[in-house]
Parts: sequence; C-alpha cells; structure tokens
Amino acid sequence: MAASGPSVARAWSNERVRALVVQAAVLAGIVALLAWLVANTAHNLETRGLKTGFGFLKDPAFFDINQKLIEYSSRSSFGRALLVGLLNTLLVSALGIVAATILGFAAGMLRLSRNWLMARLATAYVEFTRNVPLLLQLIFWWSLLTGLPGVQDSLSLGNVAFLNNRGARLPAPSAEPGFGMVLAGAGMAVVAAIAVSAWAKRRRLATGRGFPVAAIAIGLIVGVPTTLFLALGQPLAWDVPQPGRFNFTGGIQVTPELVALWWALSVYTGAFIAEGVRGGILSVARGQTEAAYALGLSRGATMRKVVLPQALCAIVPPLTSQYLNLTKNSSLAVAIGYQDLVSVGGTVLNQSGRALEVVSIWIVVYLGLSLLTSLFMNWYNRRIALVER
Amino acid sequence: MSTFHRTTAEMVTPRPPPPLSRGVIGWLRANLFSSWFNAAMTLLAVYLLWLLVPGILRWGLLDADFAGTTRFDCQSAGACWAWVDQRIYQFLYGFYPPEQAWRVNLALTLLIPALLPVLFDRMPGARWARWFSLAYPFVAAFLLVGGYGLAEVPTDRFGGFMLNVAVGLAGILLSLPFGILLALGRRSQLPLVRLLSTAFIETFRGIPLVTFMFAAALLLPIFLPPRFNLDLIMRVIILVTMYASAYIAEVVRGGLQSLPRGQYEAAQALGLGYWRAMRLVILPQALKVSIPGIVNTFIALFKDTTLVIVIGLFDILNIGTSMIANPNWLGLGTEVYAFISIFFFVICFAMSRYSLHLERRLDVGR
Repeated sequence: MAASGPSVARAWSNERVRALVVQAAVLAGIVALLAWLVANTAHNLETRGLKTGFGFLKDPAFFDINQKLIEYSSRSSFGRALLVGLLNTLLVSALGIVAATILGFAAGMLRLSRNWLMARLATAYVEFTRNVPLLLQLIFWWSLLTGLPGVQDSLSLGNVAFLNNRGARLPAPSAEPGFGMVLAGAGMAVVAAIAVSAWAKRRRLATGRGFPVAAIAIGLIVGVPTTLFLALGQPLAWDVPQPGRFNFTGGIQVTPELVALWWALSVYTGAFIAEGVRGGILSVARGQTEAAYALGLSRGATMRKVVLPQALCAIVPPLTSQYLNLTKNSSLAVAIGYQDLVSVGGTVLNQSGRALEVVSIWIVVYLGLSLLTSLFMNWYNRRIALVER
Repeated sequence: MSTFHRTTAEMVTPRPPPPLSRGVIGWLRANLFSSWFNAAMTLLAVYLLWLLVPGILRWGLLDADFAGTTRFDCQSAGACWAWVDQRIYQFLYGFYPPEQAWRVNLALTLLIPALLPVLFDRMPGARWARWFSLAYPFVAAFLLVGGYGLAEVPTDRFGGFMLNVAVGLAGILLSLPFGILLALGRRSQLPLVRLLSTAFIETFRGIPLVTFMFAAALLLPIFLPPRFNLDLIMRVIILVTMYASAYIAEVVRGGLQSLPRGQYEAAQALGLGYWRAMRLVILPQALKVSIPGIVNTFIALFKDTTLVIVIGLFDILNIGTSMIANPNWLGLGTEVYAFISIFFFVICFAMSRYSLHLERRLDVGR
C-alpha cells in the first residue's frame, strides 16, 4: 500500500491519465443515472399495467381532425393522425416564416428610416410585440377571430372571400386543361432569368459593362406566364364560395385557428427579425455608406448594392434561430386547438396512454426539423459569406 | 507681384441659416418631408395613428366603465374595467390564502437585496451580502410553501401572476449552476464531456417548451420512483430548469469565448488548476459579460411561463381566460388580454432596457 501512494500521485499528475479517469467517471455517472431512470420507468409501467412499443401507431385513432392536408378520417391510424399533425405544423411554420420575414425586414428597415414618425411607429411595434407573451397574443387574435359575426352575417371582401366566426372562406383556384403549359412556361422563364443573370454577371466581371438584369428577369418571370395565360384563354377557374343556407359552398375553408396562429407567429417573430435586421444594417461600417454616396450612388442603390449584401452576413445567423423559434413556437397551437403535431399528439396520448412514445416522437420530429433548418441556413450562410480577397 | 488682403478688425457674425431649415419647420422638413417618398410615408403614418389612437383612447378610457360588480353594470360603449377591482387579488396571487399574502410580497421584496450584490460588485459589504444571494432561493421557497412554524400553503393554491414570477425566477436561478457547468463542459478538453454537454444543450434547445410541460405532467412521474411523489408545480420547475439551463449554457459560453486567450494562459502560468482558474479568473469575468444575456433569457422564460396553462395550472393568463367564461364577466376578452399585456409589457420592457444599458456599460469598460 505504501508503495502505491507515490505511483498513484504520479499517474494522477499525468494529464492523459487524468483525462481518462475523469471521463470514465462522468460516463459511469451518466450510465448509472440512465439505468436508474430506466429501472424506475420499467417498474412504474409494470405497476400501472402500461404497455410500451410503437405498435399502437397502427391502431385506429377514432378521433376527427378538421384541418388536414392529406386524406384522414376517424378510422385512420394513430400514425396517420400524427402525420396529419406534422403536416399542419409544417404548413403554419412555412406560412409564418414567409410572412415574418417580410414583416421583419420591413419593420427593421423602417426603424432606421429617415422618416421620424415611421421609425417611431416601427419601434413601438417591435418593442410592444417582443415584450408580451406570444401565447397571450395568440389567444387574443384567436378570440378576435372567433368573435367575428356568424355565417349569416359574414364580412364580405368584394363578394369573393368571406370572414366569419368559422374562419375565412377563400376562392379556390382550379386548373383547367392548358394550365400545365402556363406552369411550364413560368418554370422556363425562371430558368431563363437565372441564365441571363449568370451571363450578365460573367460579362460584368469580364468587361465591367452592366446589364438591366432585374428588369429583364422580372419581365421574363411575369411576362411569359401572363402571355401564355391570356393566349390559352385563361385556363384557371376560381371556385368562388357561395352563401348557402347554413354554410358556404365551394371555395377553401381556412379555420380561425390557422389564421390566428399564422398571424400571431408572424407578428411576434417579425419583431425579433426586425431587431436582427436593424442590428445587421447598423453593423455595416458607416464608411461604406459614405463611400457609396461619394461614388454618387443613390440612397436606394446604396442600400441594395452596398449595405444589404454586407448586412446579410450578420442577419442570417439570428434569422436562422428565429425560424427555428417560429417552428418551435407553432406548438402553442395546442392552446387554441389548431391541430399541429403537439396538439394531435396530445389527443393520441390521451386516447392511447402512450406518453413515453408520443413524447419521444415529438422530440425526434422537432430535432429533425431544427437540424434540417440549420443545415439549410448554414448552407445559405456560406453562400452569402463575404469572400475576402 | 502683389496680393490683395482684406482684413477687418471684428469677427463677422455668421448669418442665420435660411428660415426654412430652422426650428420646427426645419425639423419637419428634414425628418418628415425630405422627399416625396418621405412625405408619403409621413401621411401614411399619420393615417395609421389617426385610425388607432383615438379609437383605443375612447374605448379604453373615455367611454369606459370602471365601477360595478358584474359586467351588466357597464352600460357605456367602451371597455368594462369593473372586474379589475373585484378580481385583482386572484390575478396577482391566485388562490393563495389572503391572510398569508404578505409572504409572497416579502419573498418578492427580498429579491432586491439578493440581486444588488450580484449586479453592483462595488457595493460595500458585497462579499457578505452574496451569501444571502445564494440562500435566497431557499428563503423564498420557505416563505412561499411554509412549514417549520409557518402555516403550510399547498402548491396547488399558487396561481396568478405570482405563479408566473415563481416559475420564471426559480427556473432561471436554479438553471444558473447547471448552465455554467454545461457551458464549461461544452468548452472542455475532454471529448466525452464535450460531446455529452453539446448533445444536452442542442437537444433541449431544439424542443419546444410545450413538450416539456407535457413531460412534466405525464412523463416525470413515470421516470421517478413512486415515493418521490412531487407535485405538479415542482415538476414544472424541474423541467423548466433543465430547459433554461440549455439556454443559459449558450449565454455563458458566449461570455467564456469573449475572454482573450491570455486570461486562460495567465491563470495556467500562475499554477492554478482547472477549477481554481475557472473560479478565480475566468468565471468572474465571463459571468459579468453574460449578465445581459442572462437577463434576456429570463425575459424569454418569464413570458413563456404562460405556457403552464396547457397543463391546467392557473397562472395570470388562465385566471383571466377562466374569468371571462364566468357569466358575470362573459365576453370581456379584450379588456382582460389588454390588462395582462400591459402587466407583462411593463416588466419585460423595463428589464430589456436594463439589459441594454448593462450591455452598453460593459462594452465601454472593455
């Protein structure tokens, strides 16, 4: 024993040995904790007579979902129900991301506007929205929407769209023969516009001569489909909702839950994006703006060609985390009954009693979504990163 | 060669700028009507204000009713604020016994002496006062729950705004030590520790808080032995702490990264071991830089405490939504939501200003 003292001390002073020992201890601790949790879980499940496993996903769900993007009925399985919920999460997140980006960029730039009044208004919007809980805002908008007049007294928007306490009824487009041609034309126009801009960029780098890329691209993308659309005799019919006895017929029904959630998420996240945009623009050194003015660029051109491209590098990382937040926050749907993944999962959980399985599905799906979003945004971030020469 | 000089004995007083670029008119021209686009924006903004402000003022103040015992006492066209007087206790304290409400107030008041020595390190006696800061969470928990001579208040009586504050504060205070450990773990030299910390942080940041609420209600009882038998609010606080520690970890990591390498090397050169270097040199500096981020995390968490309503706890929002289902106050949604919004807004806005101020001060210091 006496001889082992110094040798242990010597081994302990060796950094690699110490690292190994510490990590082994950490690992042992974690494994012990997990084993304890698993043992508890197994014991609790047994005493409560609960089963485990994902087999229940094939069982019929016996509950209805009114907001669905794919075929679903109450005879469908739990798994199908969760898939419907996931698609609803994706739907509201995608809609929200688009609207929040537009709102956020607009508000962020308005806060820096030279117009004193507009800048103050944008500040008021950002500060108020950021400092009030999202759930409160969501419930507020939802209560406004469900407080609208009933079907009989719907608010009409030009007699094609209607708003009432059951949500919005919008005209539904339906394609007629020949509409495929219009879509194909639009696709070709986009390809052509990309080709033109690539060619113009190469020529500008080689010769320094400019080319009105934006005008031509917009002309192509708008002009080609419009011409085809008119030439083919407008092959798109609008199924306009008609007031019926009890409800409207035709058109698309958008639930107040979807509208409220989409609007609340966009307004809330837009305020955070606005802060990121403002910070990004402010992070561009003032000398850049002054140099652009000195070169005779207009205010708009300075913003578009000098400030924004540099600001984007500072805007994209916080933007990514706001997109992730929006997707995660869409789970507040459960409070107003929009049937997203968490809301449907909650129902599945109540019906089947499989808490462990449902929560692990949530975890896997949300982690997957956030991983995908960050991968995409990191790719975009690398693309726009400043190339230092 | 001759040059011409013209000299005067006195300073020529500068002429005043043209009248249109001075005073109110000059300010208006520069800030509101500098171009046709700017002028259009101004008109749009004025139109928006004209749409919103008079309507809100008339509804909320001028045409509003303030007295009465039910909504039927409110006869005018505007808002009905009569409930505020009747229900304010419930909004603030939930179902906490009114004769014990002083304990809630005292716990909240004691927060000030607990925070002061952390925020102002040059305060006289800060070294001793920090012991109180460390003890504060236990003191507050003792005051709220009771026992040992104080009348016990079961946690299911907690509610209203006090529940939001309690869950938010407990979550952030308890998550600080875990967050710091996780941040150190994520920057550790040991690959296994780094991997585990990173996995924990990224997993917990990737999952919505609602999921944690459900887990607190349904999953935690399955994970723990039956004899633990924690009540719902305790379980919520445990999971909120885990959730918040992932965010705190990222804030602290930012603080650690902002320190120059020289600090680490100097600490090593002085012969300090890892923990002593962290405790004496690195963390005091890194945590100071992290305070604004911690405040921001707290604001976010505090707002998110309203999510407890999905598992049926009665925080201020749930007290409000259940009140407007009561026939006496039916349909006063807008009033209730406006009231609660103002509550949160005042507190969160004040804290965010404070964190901004700290950020600027710290920036100057470096």
